Amino acid sequence: MDAASDAELVARCRAGDPAAWETLVDRYANYVHAIVARVYRLEAHDAEDAFQDVFMRVFERLDTLRDDDALRPWIAQTARNCAVDALRRSGREVPVDEVPDRPDEGLARLDEAMTVHAALDRLSPQCHEILDRFFCRDESYRTIGSELELPAGTIASRIARCLTRLRDVLEPGRKVQAATSGEKVEERR
Amino acid sequence: MTPEETIAELVRELPAPPAGWIEAAKQLPTVRRELDTLIERIERDERFRELVVADLEATLRAEGVEPTPLVVAHLRRRIAP
Repeated sequence: MDAASDAELVARCRAGDPAAWETLVDRYANYVHAIVARVYRLEAHDAEDAFQDVFMRVFERLDTLRDDDALRPWIAQTARNCAVDALRRSGREVPVDEVPDRPDEGLARLDEAMTVHAALDRLSPQCHEILDRFFCRDESYRTIGSELELPAGTIASRIARCLTRLRDVLEPGRKVQAATSGEKVEERR
Repeated sequence: MTPEETIAELVRELPAPPAGWIEAAKQLPTVRRELDTLIERIERDERFRELVVADLEATLRAEGVEPTPLVVAHLRRRIAP
């Protein structure tokens, strides 16, 4: 995983670095997908068009981004615009219960999720992969075990251990506090 | 709910899109360059422009460019009078 900041990635993309663009897509693919498919509830075909449209606009308009650290909100806004355009293009009647009545709330939750996903990039590649496979790609213990050549019986404990490590990354002061208060803290391998 | 369960729920909030979508998005800079080349040709070659206007999708295929809805829409915007 490329741990470059968003601002660094944007600068490298502007300079024409193809690896930086791929990292940007990897970093934001789940986020954009969640906005178009979950917040705006686009059907799969429209969601795919909107998804590609978002990345095309981001690629074409990267030079217009004023604050390189504001990539995430800019992509979120672009995704909202593309989702609304896709809804209009589809011309379908949108049932009332499908209209995102509070897209801001949905986006706030996704924003929290993005912070957690950013922390995933700071875990070991093994932990990142097992959490990504289980929670994001919805793979079974059996599939994960077979792909990573691990006994299926150890997957659950690995996931639990990696979640604890993820929590450590998100709450860096926790281990120190726990140690001083006597709480048992799992040892890192 | 334990803090780890809350974190797990947040990880789950962002499911991965199909792998093909991600690969296509990664190819956008290449596609964009191909489209720019096509647009230059459309601007200087009247016969080619007629072919594009007559059947954009077929012309793209003949040029080795997959006429996805995004590519077609993008090209139509760029060549609109």
